[in-house]
Amino acid sequence: MAEDVWILGIHMTKFGKHPDKDIVDLAADAALHALADGGVTMKDMGVLAAGNLMAAAGGIGQQLQKQIGQTGIPVYNVANACATGATALRVAVMSVKSGECDYGLAVGVEKLAGAGLLAGGSRKDDAKTWTPSGRYGAVAPVDGRIGTETMPGVFAQIGVEYGHRYGGTSFELFARIAEKNHAHSTLNPLAAYTKRMSLEEIMGDVMIAYPNTRPMCSANCDGAAAAVVVSGSKLKTLSLEQRRRAVKIAASVLTTDPWEEACQVLPNVNTLTRNAATRAYEAAGVGPDDLDLVELHDCFATAELVHYDNLMLCEPGGAADFFNSGATWRDGRTPVNVSGGLESKGHPIAATGIANIWEVCHHLRDEAGDRQIAGARVGLAHVIGLGSACGVHILEKSAA
Amino acid sequence: MAAQVPLVDYLVLGDDPHLVASECAECGARYFDRRNACAHCSGTQFKKVDVAQRGTVRTFTIVSFAAPGIPVPFVSAVVDCDGTRVRANLVNVEPDPDHVKTGMAVKLTTFPIGTDDNGTEAIGFGFEPAA
Repeated sequence: MAEDVWILGIHMTKFGKHPDKDIVDLAADAALHALADGGVTMKDMGVLAAGNLMAAAGGIGQQLQKQIGQTGIPVYNVANACATGATALRVAVMSVKSGECDYGLAVGVEKLAGAGLLAGGSRKDDAKTWTPSGRYGAVAPVDGRIGTETMPGVFAQIGVEYGHRYGGTSFELFARIAEKNHAHSTLNPLAAYTKRMSLEEIMGDVMIAYPNTRPMCSANCDGAAAAVVVSGSKLKTLSLEQRRRAVKIAASVLTTDPWEEACQVLPNVNTLTRNAATRAYEAAGVGPDDLDLVELHDCFATAELVHYDNLMLCEPGGAADFFNSGATWRDGRTPVNVSGGLESKGHPIAATGIANIWEVCHHLRDEAGDRQIAGARVGLAHVIGLGSACGVHILEKSAA
Repeated sequence: MAAQVPLVDYLVLGDDPHLVASECAECGARYFDRRNACAHCSGTQFKKVDVAQRGTVRTFTIVSFAAPGIPVPFVSAVVDCDGTRVRANLVNVEPDPDHVKTGMAVKLTTFPIGTDDNGTEAIGFGFEPAA
């Protein structure tokens, strides 16, 4: 039987602006603190999985080793859109699960402060002569001429489509989701934004892509997160304190989007998330009702709504009613994004898929301070990257 | 009349402008771009099929913030054309949520987007409200 794998140490940096630090500084900060948190060193690590998206060709893993320990272990540099961090973690988990090593380190880091629109943020000028090029034989740039390529616009359509299928959505409903996450972040000192925003402020802010105004979009910022994973058999040999604080990775799942009609014109973020959740619940032997908290990929307020349904936190088609019931506020039945989520905590892309694990671990270890979800025993962390890739991890408190 | 080219090669101009898709001969999956094989069934045989010119708006957004040079606001939408979904702008409609609704009936329309140095006109497409 394959090894159980546990989180032994984990850390996230403050999310926000770090003008005096480069991505290696941020990654080193997260990695060294995660190692210290687990009571281990680089010499113990058997594998390093390192995620960075915006400079993916740079080999962040080896750059990091040169600052914190060149021990000769295998490095996997991974890039998987917004699922990059979860992918890095999963590579470390798979290495331990396979029996190749007892310990693995996963790191995700990004510098995004001030980045603006990440897709569709620039468009080439029209050429002097119309010449078909590319797979569509386009004679000119199509962003803005054949729909939108911007992320706020793509995810706006994903939320509006949910409303078209099931009803119950409105500009105000989506804004209320952002209101929740901005309220939650006031308790998170590591969040990029910790200012509570009223519904009126959110709805009255700059419109980016209806119905997403600026505070309903994920916050571009700098940050890093890192996790040390350990095999269950190795963990048994460690101290009681290490065993008590260790968090079990009850499920680690990665999916891509299976073909469906229309996925060529609007990414389908629903099916692959539902598939990942189904497999994760099965692997962990838990169901949505067992979750004490969920960190899901609210890259836009319109995205959070559809993932209530995709993660099966509510009845099919019932996401609007579920939110309106108050279930996803921190005092509700299934608290969602008590960290503030991507909209308020921030979204340094490759860090996000480990930072959400950190948030869940923080609660399962009963170390979350003012924002502790009392008695939390099981949590779920979800990310999705367009293209697409979806990572779902289910985490369980240690019985030690 | 100036020479014309379509903005993309899946737009067919002429007396009855319409969109064409590559349809997988095995499973019927439709694509607007060039494919090496079918993403659904891996089949490699495709045939050209006409896409319905009328449809309903399945979803939309009103883009107010885009790259420099792109006129805003504009309406980006997914239109269900008799089972084949198409990405396009909605045109000839006020770009606000009072005038744009999911479920609304629309039809294909074409319009010039510019003339190049050779005097050739590029023709784009969108969907407009259908009476």
